[in-house]
Amino acid sequence: MPTYSFMLNGEQVQVDAPGDLSVLWALRDKLGVTGPKYGCGINVCKACTSHLDGKAFNPCVTNVRDVAGREVTTIEGLAKGDALHPVQEAWLEQDVAQCGFCQPGQIMAAVALLRRTPNPTDADIDAIENVCRCGSYFRIRQAIKAAAAKMAEPTVVAVQDPAAVSEGGGSSLAATGLGVDVAALGAAALGAAALVTRALDTADVAPAEG
Amino acid sequence: MTAPDLPPSRRRFLTYLVATPTLALAVNAGLLEEPAGAVIPTPPQVAELEDLGDFLIQAGKPTEGKLIVLDVSTAGKVTCALPREEVGQGITTAVAMIIADEMDVPLSDVTVTLADARPELLFNQLTGGSNTIRSVFEPTRQAAATAKARLVAAAAQRTGVPQSRLQVLDGIVVGGGHTIPIGELSAAAASPQLKVAQPTPKDPATYRLVGRPQNRKDAREMVTGQFKYTNDHEPVKGLLRAMVRRPPTINATVKAIQNEAAIRAMPGIRGIHVIQTGVAVLADTFGQALDAKEALEVTWNAGTVDDQNDETVKQALRQVNLPMTPALGTVVEGEFDFAFANHAPMETNTAIADMTANGGTVWAGMKSPIVAAQTIEDDLGLPRGSVTAHVVQGGGSFGRRLFFDAALEAARISRAAGKPVKLMWTRVDDMRHGRARAASHHLVQASIIAGEVVALQHHVASIETDFRHGLGEVLTATGTQLGNPDIIPVSAGGNASFSQSVFATTITSPYNFGATSQLLNESSLKFHTGSFRSVYSANTRGAEEIIVDEIAKALGQDPVAFRLAHLKDPRYVAVLTTCAELGEWGKKLAAGFAQGIGFHAEYKSCTACLVEMDARNPKNPRVTAAAIVADYGLPINPRGAESQLLGGLTDAIGTTLRAGLHIDKGLALEGSYSQFHFPRQKDSPREVKIHIMPATTGAPGGGGELGLPAAVGAVANAYARATGTAPRSFPIIFPVDFTPFTKNTGSTRVQPR
Ligand code: FES
Ligand code: FES
Repeated sequence: MPTYSFMLNGEQVQVDAPGDLSVLWALRDKLGVTGPKYGCGINVCKACTSHLDGKAFNPCVTNVRDVAGREVTTIEGLAKGDALHPVQEAWLEQDVAQCGFCQPGQIMAAVALLRRTPNPTDADIDAIENVCRCGSYFRIRQAIKAAAAKMAEPTVVAVQDPAAVSEGGGSSLAATGLGVDVAALGAAALGAAALVTRALDTADVAPAEG
Repeated sequence: MTAPDLPPSRRRFLTYLVATPTLALAVNAGLLEEPAGAVIPTPPQVAELEDLGDFLIQAGKPTEGKLIVLDVSTAGKVTCALPREEVGQGITTAVAMIIADEMDVPLSDVTVTLADARPELLFNQLTGGSNTIRSVFEPTRQAAATAKARLVAAAAQRTGVPQSRLQVLDGIVVGGGHTIPIGELSAAAASPQLKVAQPTPKDPATYRLVGRPQNRKDAREMVTGQFKYTNDHEPVKGLLRAMVRRPPTINATVKAIQNEAAIRAMPGIRGIHVIQTGVAVLADTFGQALDAKEALEVTWNAGTVDDQNDETVKQALRQVNLPMTPALGTVVEGEFDFAFANHAPMETNTAIADMTANGGTVWAGMKSPIVAAQTIEDDLGLPRGSVTAHVVQGGGSFGRRLFFDAALEAARISRAAGKPVKLMWTRVDDMRHGRARAASHHLVQASIIAGEVVALQHHVASIETDFRHGLGEVLTATGTQLGNPDIIPVSAGGNASFSQSVFATTITSPYNFGATSQLLNESSLKFHTGSFRSVYSANTRGAEEIIVDEIAKALGQDPVAFRLAHLKDPRYVAVLTTCAELGEWGKKLAAGFAQGIGFHAEYKSCTACLVEMDARNPKNPRVTAAAIVADYGLPINPRGAESQLLGGLTDAIGTTLRAGLHIDKGLALEGSYSQFHFPRQKDSPREVKIHIMPATTGAPGGGGELGLPAAVGAVANAYARATGTAPRSFPIIFPVDFTPFTKNTGSTRVQPR
């Protein structure tokens, strides 16, 4: 049986599998990575949504041979240790999850959207096709908006960090952030270290999808 | 401290129970005497006196003392293995809130898990009828109060400070200059020598957590991908992946396999076994099992409904429905059809089984695990008590997981293979061979004399809803025990009597419409059906809410004002009034837009839903905004309640506008969410306001199903008002707008999306 190797959540992994085994089952049944869920197997429900080289993809309809040498990120790889991604934080604050089964896919779809479109409109959010059978859609919408606002915050700090600004882009974000978010951040008594981490995080992810 | 000595105060608990129907009576009697203008009062209906939840509570009474067992560790952590199933309702968070509040311990120190099947609980381990919080609230707070009293008594014994001067603050016993974390007291508190009088739980009005919004305790694991559903568990080594090739029609059985050798030679295939429901394939991965399942060539015997299609189902329903008594005066009437609707939880039917010749273990999302274990024992000829059933939190249910067909099937496969297996159904199979809300037909007729409704008749015909998962037995047993054959008609026998019982104990009209009668007749066509959120109420009450709007129109009255004048209970009036304000009822909207209103009461709770719809294109309507208000009597977690109402609204948008199953030659055509049009983000309102009323009765009503029927009425009524039509067939927009997956293999391989 052939062996394929790829980056999975920041680590090099190898899997012995037929080349046409879908990435979903390679992850779940061979590598024990169970965050991406099966909901349909045919790119309809989007419960398996993960990232391939920083962009949303659906492991259920992608063959394992096609990810060889590339970078796969699942929901497990989104947080940096204990520090959640702002989208995950927003999901907690909005208490989005009901059964929770669709939420790894929803979150990965939302992160991908916010990379492409830092300030999504309602129409942008409507375009997310992920099914939530529990019907948590309105809270998903609120969480995406809240996450967008959170992710705009670091640009305030980024002003002090030219590298992050140029990479993170969005001077308009910095402008809107300056007035409101500095005060908000102060009130939240967030430490400077946390802010820098957040800024780097964004710089990190922003270019991925252009 | 393990607390085997926690006999909750029987007397107090019984008082509460008996008081419930009495209180309901009192409310109705009060209304009857009220000079309510020309409104013709309706005498109390069965479900108002004793609803399904009351019966489930009563069925649980013999075991209620053992229902809630709390454990306080030496580290001060409180755990409770809840004998119910969590599938997204938020019951583990709500129960943790009750415990933390009653014991005065931090919520973060309380963990509520799901208990394995506990056969000694008899009827008291069934999750359904919106009954979890209603049935566990009193036993839980009684257990927690007792635990706290024993901890305080242990502290008093240790310090010599009288109990009256000690209190628990945030998990620490404080008083007389002492501060002792409860964990240090747990061993002493467990001593049988410590005599403690039965405490009275707190007055719910003094609760500090209960009644305040609380986010879910299990959410962090969910958003980080750490949360484990059945398919994510690997509880035993060497679990093979199992999938079942299912027949081209419902309940058909295997005649022969044509290409067994070729399938066995496929990569990763570890076994093939013919079982009652099809051909099971075992493999190293689900991907390989799926390939093999689809490559199988199988011939089949006939199924049970092979000659049925949408038209024959409609005819069958019309045949069993009873004609109406001729109405008097002005008549407002409607004939309604509702299609089958798949439960379609995101997690398809999944179970793990490890069986031997002597017994074994199953893991699955199960709402009736005792019956599940016993059924597996009987099916495999195993002795009673030889099967352990681990209840795993489920990825949605909406009624689906009352059935344990995945656990039973996995057990059969494991036994046949002699190996532990993890079984997963494909989405296509889940939709076609899983369970569905039964199709139904409704005749509704209101008689109006001198501008007032004097009678409302509603005859429901439904394909049989299957209650053979333990609920039916609960009702029969309770009805027999209570000696109340009027309410629980056991004479009909079998599932038919279960259906009548559920209908009678769940369906009531919230309005004073004079003589009100609602009757159910079922067709025994053998489809795979099951209770769907709200069971009969979504369709039955939904259809009535449409007729209520039409009565108001016939009388030239505003739909909200008309309802307010006829609602039976002041709580109902308050909820509808608040909802109309919240949703700005009557505001000006452009042509093609409209508001719609719906109201529903069940299980001692009530709700109103107001939606705004854009139906400028009647073929592509969208609910753009919603306002929902609910009164739960005593809300435990308003944040969780809002989630359930949001879910009910989404179900209503789906089943009213677009989501249903077409039956063709005995099988559903729909096989995935691209075909069964459950709402997605683009179908959901961009604005939703939800308000939970403060406590009104002091006892929690049902919450999980409440939201759906009112929202069905609101969505249908908005559509009617926006388009100037009178919707009669649901879902309203229901073309076969897709190429069905082949019925032979269920293969999705080469199908377009
Ligand atoms: S499982 Fe991948 S899209 Fe549904
Ligand atoms: S939370 Fe259950 S499917 Fe989305």
